[in-house]
Parts: sequence; structure tokens; C-alpha cells
Amino acid sequence: MRRLLAAAVLCLAALPLRAEIAIQELTSPGGIGVWLVEEHSIPFVALEIRLRGGANLDEPGRRGATNAMVWLMNEGSGDMDSRAFAEASEALAAHFSFGVTDDALSVSAMMLTENLDAASDLLALALTEPRFDADAIERMRADVLQTIARRAMNPGAIAGDTLNAMAYPGHPYGSDLKGTADSVAALTRDDILAAWHNAMTRQDAYVAAVGDITPEALGALVDKVLGGLPAGAPPGPPHVDYALPGGTTVVDFPTPQSVAVFAQRGIAIDDPRYFAASLVNRVLGDGMESRLMQELREKRGLTYGVGTFLAPRDLSAMILGSFASANATMGEAVALVRGEWAKIAATGITADELEFARTWMTGEYPLRFDGNGAIARILVGMQMVGLPADYVLHRNDYVDAVTLDQANRVAAELFDPDGLHVVVVGRPEGLEDASTP
Amino acid sequence: MLRFAILVLMVLPALARAQQVTSAFLDNGMQVVVIEDHRAPAIFHSVWYRTGAADEPPGASGAAHFLEHLMFKATDTLAAGELSARVAALGGSDNAATSSDYTFYYQRIAADRLPVVMRMEADRMRNLRLTPDVIDTERGVIIEERNQRVENDPDALAREQGMAAQYLNHPYGAPVIGWMHEIEALGAADVMDFYHLYYSPNNAILVVAGDVTPGEVMAFAREYFGPIPPAPDLPERIRPDEPPQRAARHLLYADARVAQPHLWRTYLAPERNAGDQRDAAALVYLAEILGGSPFTSVLARDLTYDSRIATDTSAGYQGTSLDVTTFRLAVTPAAGVTPEQAEAAMDASLARFLDEGVDPARFERLRTQLRASEIYARDNVAGLAQRYGAALTSGLSVEDVQDWPRILLEVSAADVMRVARAVLVPERSVTTWVTPGEEEN
Repeated sequence: MRRLLAAAVLCLAALPLRAEIAIQELTSPGGIGVWLVEEHSIPFVALEIRLRGGANLDEPGRRGATNAMVWLMNEGSGDMDSRAFAEASEALAAHFSFGVTDDALSVSAMMLTENLDAASDLLALALTEPRFDADAIERMRADVLQTIARRAMNPGAIAGDTLNAMAYPGHPYGSDLKGTADSVAALTRDDILAAWHNAMTRQDAYVAAVGDITPEALGALVDKVLGGLPAGAPPGPPHVDYALPGGTTVVDFPTPQSVAVFAQRGIAIDDPRYFAASLVNRVLGDGMESRLMQELREKRGLTYGVGTFLAPRDLSAMILGSFASANATMGEAVALVRGEWAKIAATGITADELEFARTWMTGEYPLRFDGNGAIARILVGMQMVGLPADYVLHRNDYVDAVTLDQANRVAAELFDPDGLHVVVVGRPEGLEDASTP
Repeated sequence: MLRFAILVLMVLPALARAQQVTSAFLDNGMQVVVIEDHRAPAIFHSVWYRTGAADEPPGASGAAHFLEHLMFKATDTLAAGELSARVAALGGSDNAATSSDYTFYYQRIAADRLPVVMRMEADRMRNLRLTPDVIDTERGVIIEERNQRVENDPDALAREQGMAAQYLNHPYGAPVIGWMHEIEALGAADVMDFYHLYYSPNNAILVVAGDVTPGEVMAFAREYFGPIPPAPDLPERIRPDEPPQRAARHLLYADARVAQPHLWRTYLAPERNAGDQRDAAALVYLAEILGGSPFTSVLARDLTYDSRIATDTSAGYQGTSLDVTTFRLAVTPAAGVTPEQAEAAMDASLARFLDEGVDPARFERLRTQLRASEIYARDNVAGLAQRYGAALTSGLSVEDVQDWPRILLEVSAADVMRVARAVLVPERSVTTWVTPGEEEN
């Protein structure tokens, strides 16, 4: 017997005009939760799966194992080697992509209605019976080692890696999830199998589907794709405090334009002040009208773009930003960033700025729901951070409820000019008190 | 008044329910294309000008792109940055892009804001007001953009050299963003001459996609764009032709910032032409067959699986182009393999393909994938709008865009081999090696 429960059907009334997105919260017969939006006008289904854990589950000394395992997900399964698997997915015109972040694995699939059963069979096989053939492992190793070598010559990647290493020493967040040349060179098939056992479990699986499929068919499909995975997951690493004090670090690199990445401690996504912090961040550094974009780009032509964003992850939170400027002007640009950081912490934002940020944020929200793939990614992202389906109805109310006092309190509490650390890669001029890593 | 009756055309009559696409003209010659998609209450509103970097006068490379940046500055009624700020205040996003053949401006916004964005877009078609300090500051921004996209990226620098070597005579050889020394010298006259020459309704196409009807779009278009007079003497877009290429060209680009040697090759190749897209369609297949899949393509088979010559291979073909385009191949050699060895292996693989022909099973799977890609493409209404805008500014008609999926499905294996033999001619190639270090190695 199928046990398929439609717990709630919601209409996204917050959207203007007549749009409605009916989110069905379902439980598959096998007990896996899944959110569905039926959209039968185009004959395909977008399926998004997230498995919490990701590269954080790399075992000590095996950095890069989870990334390597994910690289190999479409390199052969069951009785098919990598080319046979590719030919099978080509014949069905199914698109599967597998990704990994620090916190999660991601599986994205686009499958035609006309061959949904066969395409989902193939996806199930990829997840549950990967082969990890020796020749595929060597192709992976050669490719990942080249990627690592390229990152070592990319000023933006060098800046990010330098900052993370200083902010999270000894924690997975402190190193790139691809691993080092040494750790990847040493990976064995057993390491990759272990990574698969650790990360590919249905214990913390989140699923959303949007498209031409019924609840009954989706329930069976989800059970087929995920039901064969083990239920238990190993514990991941603990929460970690952002440990980097303020300062300036310069990494010498021979290139005409320096790249700056800067950070300070952040705010968790479930913090009640998160919406206020988002609005303040919009004013400071998110978008063409932001203070940083106006000061660096529009008034002075020092950069093509500067941006800041709240970067909450499962185990720690940062506020991050970046820009690039010619070596000769980097010192001036960094001073301007520090000045705006101090100003927003000291005096906050104005009522006009809050109103601008608010109308942007509430107006932009419904525009995100503009395609089957886009909606599926939003829904699975909501589940990852523990939001209920009816959040989409109330989200703009939360934004509208933020007062100027609340915004300016969080500006003062959160933005910390003395805690801002700037890493510059290049040959920058005019930076005072810079150290090397 | 419409010059022509509105044509109602289906994108893909053969496939399920398709988006409705309509095309019409205003009296001043501006074309209006509407793609209906009522799934979400949003629109993609865009204006496309039939002018790009390849229309710049000699010595003024980067002028089209510079003008694109300056289009966000003041007009008679809008302050600098006000258009974007108003769009953002309504929750929308906006941007623009310049290519060799076109420049376009777009807003993604709630459907009921259509008249707001259209009024501002029509305003800046004619009423731009630039001051010297605005131009000087924006030149600095563009120099930093070039630093970020090109000067800081050895691959981009090498690509630029490769294109300059590919196009000896045609302006496609100059980078869209411009050569640095010419960007530094661009002034108000360069961009305003370009603006006055090309920015007019009879050189523009309005493409609106999303939750709108053709009737409301045409009504607003008549109100906002309708009063703008057409330019009386638009120049014909005649660019210098390439001379016959009689010798293969080889470049060696060395840069200390290159981590891994790699190489690519371009061949001049025919583009999609109005009423004549069959060769271009066959070249789409050829690119997929040679390098479209890291698993099943010809180069992957020969260089990655059957030997360990390469870690990555690819092929590419962009058929939407006003003039002669390129067909590209790229190989990243495995550690310890030189570019010379990798190029020899690539050539051997091409020779084998030209000898053996197309694998029928792969050809059928490709046809299935191309048919499916039309279904998946309908999920992205902004992508559909860009498909029309790019085609209509590259010498193609709405009918050509609508015919394209059918023409793709009609390509035969014999067509693929015919264009392969015509295009993959060693004497008509440009091959670039990108290597680490300051010296040859």
C-alpha cells in the first residue's frame, strides 16, 4: 500500500497578479519527505536532492575524498562502465549533475516525462551502485590535480583559501574541499568507498520536484532513487567559531590587478536578526546602489565590481566580500571599504536606505520562482535550513516588519570594523600594516 | 498602426504545447517580439540594437561596450544610475551586454511594471546626456573590467591573441571590450558618434518574454517607442571579408601564471544565414560529435579513454553570427604530455573521424538530445528571449529562429561529414599553445 500524505497545499498569495505555486508536502511510501509543485505545461521534471554532510565528512588525512567520490558519480554504475552509463543517459536525454559543498551533496536531474521511469532507474543506479573503476579513479585524479594546480595560480582562489585557512585552522572549513595535491595523490579506492558510505545516506536527505509528475508517481520515484541508501550517517565535525582577528594580509603574486577578499564573523541564518542584517548588508555592499559600489566604482572608477554577502554555513557564519583593483589603486580602495565598514557600524543606515532595500528585497522574492528548476532549488534550500513550506507566504512580512531601530541595532552589533580582515593577492600599493600569511 | 499584421507563430509545432511568439513592427521600423509564458508573473524586457564591437570604426575598439556602460548614466529626465535604482526599488534586476554583432539591455521584473521599464528604455534610446567626468570615471571602471576579465587571466589573453590571428581582416579579430591602449584613448566623441549613428528604433528590436500579451506590449511600445523618429541613413553592416587562408597559423603563448599547458584550435566556419541554416545545423552536430561529451565524443574516446593523452577535450560552434564564425577544438594534455604530442593526437583523431565517419548510434542519441533540449529550453523564458534577440541582430528572421529546431532534426550523417570535410582543413586553422613560464618549453 502506498502511504502518500499531502500535508499541505499552499498558494503563494504573496505574489502579485494571479500566480500561485501550490507546494505539496508529501511523504513517500518509504517514508522520505518530498515537496512537489505540479507543473504540467512542459513535459519534464526537475528533481533536486540535497544530502547534508558533504565535504565536512572527509576523514582526517583524506581531504578531497568526498569531492573525488562525487566527481565519480556519473563514471559508471551497476553493469555499466562510464561510457555505457553516458550513452544510456544520452539516449534518454536525461541530465544528471552531482555537486558537493562543504555542507552537502547535491543531485540535480532533469528528466523527460516520456521516459521518466527509465531515467530515474538510471539515477537510482548512479547513487546506489557506483563502480569506482580503477581507470575512472585515475581520470578523476588527473583532472582534480590539474584543477588544484590552476587554483594555485588564480589570485581569487588564493585569496579565498588564505582567508579560510586563517579563519578556521584545523577544521574542514579551513581548506578547499578539493584537497591538496598530496592528499589527492594518496587517495585510494577504499578512501572513496568510505566517503560514499559516509556521505551518501538518506538520513538527512531533502528532496523537491517541480514539473510534469503526480504525487503518486513522485513518491514511487523518490523511493526508487533514495530508498536503497543506508539510513545512518556518521557525525560530522563540530560547530566552529570564526577565529580570524582584524588585519590585512598580502600574498605576493605577479599580476597587474590585485584581488581582495575580506571577512568578519557573521550571523546564523536562524538568528532572529537575520532579515535586519540582510537589509543592512544590501545597503552596505549588495548591488549597484550599495554604498561600497557607489564609493569604489561609481564615484572613483576603482573597480568593476565590489560585493558583500552574508555567508552562513551549517557550522559557522561569516560576512564575506571581494573586489579587484589595479595594484596602484588597491590601497585606496581598501581604505574606502574600511571607512564604509566603520561608518555603517557607527551610524547605521537611513530610513530611505532601509525603504529602498526593503522594496527591493520584497519585490525580488517572487521573481525567483521563474522556472521548474529554479523553484525546485528554492524548495530544497528551504528544507535544508528548516523552513516550513508556508514560509513563502510570510517571508515578505518578515522583511516588512524590520524597523529602522532593529536594522541599526544589528548594524552596530554585527558589523565590526576592527574585526574586518582583508586578504590581498597581487602587488598592491598603499596598504599599511600589512602582514604576510 | 502596425505595418504588418501580427503573425502568430508556434515555436515548435511538433512538440506538445509551446510558447506563443508574435512579431510585429511599429511605424518607425522597430520590431517587437513577444514570447508568452504565463507560469510566473514576471517578464524579461529587452531592447536589442543591431550594432556591436564589429561595427566600430578602426582605432576605436571598445566603443560599443563603453557606450553600453554609459547608457546607465544620465538622460534628460533620469539621473545617472536612476534607471537601475528604480528597477531595483521595484524588486527587479537589470543589466546589458555587448557582443561583436549586438548590444542589448534588459530588465527582469514583475509583469505589471512593464510600462515603467519600457518608458525608461525608450528614454535612453535618444536622450543620453554625458559629461566629461562621468566618461572619465567610467573609463576607469572599464579598464578594471578588462584587468579582471583579461589581463589577470592568461587564458583570456591567449584567446585574444588567437582571435586576432584568426581574423586578419574582419573586425571579429578585435576583442569586444577593446584593446587596452584604445580603451584608454576613447572619449566622448567616439561613444556619442556611435550612439547617434546606431541607437534608433529602426535599428532596434524589442523582445518581451513572460507574463504579457502581445496586445499590451504593442500598446505600450506604440506609446513609448512609437514617437521616436527612425534614423534616416542607417549604414549597411558591411564588414571587410577575410582573405582566403592559405597557411595554418600557430601561436605559442607563454605566461608565468599558466598552471597547465593546453591548446586550442579554431577554423573559420559558416554561420547561420537567413533561409540557409543547414550547414550551420550540421556544424552543431559536428561539435557535439567531436567534443560535446567528456565520455562519448570522438576526442574524449581517442585522447582520454583509449589513450591517456588528455584530461579534457571539447569542441564548440556558435552559429548565431552576422559574418563568418569559428569552429573550435580544445585539448588539455595530461601531466607529462607536451602540447605538441597532444596536437598530434588531436590531428590523428580528426583524421580517423574523417575516415570512419559518424557512429550511427551516437548520431541518433544526439538527435534525441537536441529534440529534448528544446523542451528543457522552454523552462527558461529569458533564454528564449535571448535566442530571438541574438538571431534578429545577426541577420536572421523570426521564421529562421522558428525553423531552426526542425532544421536541426533534419540533419543527416552525410551532412555532418560534408561540413566536416569543408571546415576541418589544416591549412585553414589557427592553433594556440598556452604554456607556463616566460620561455618556450
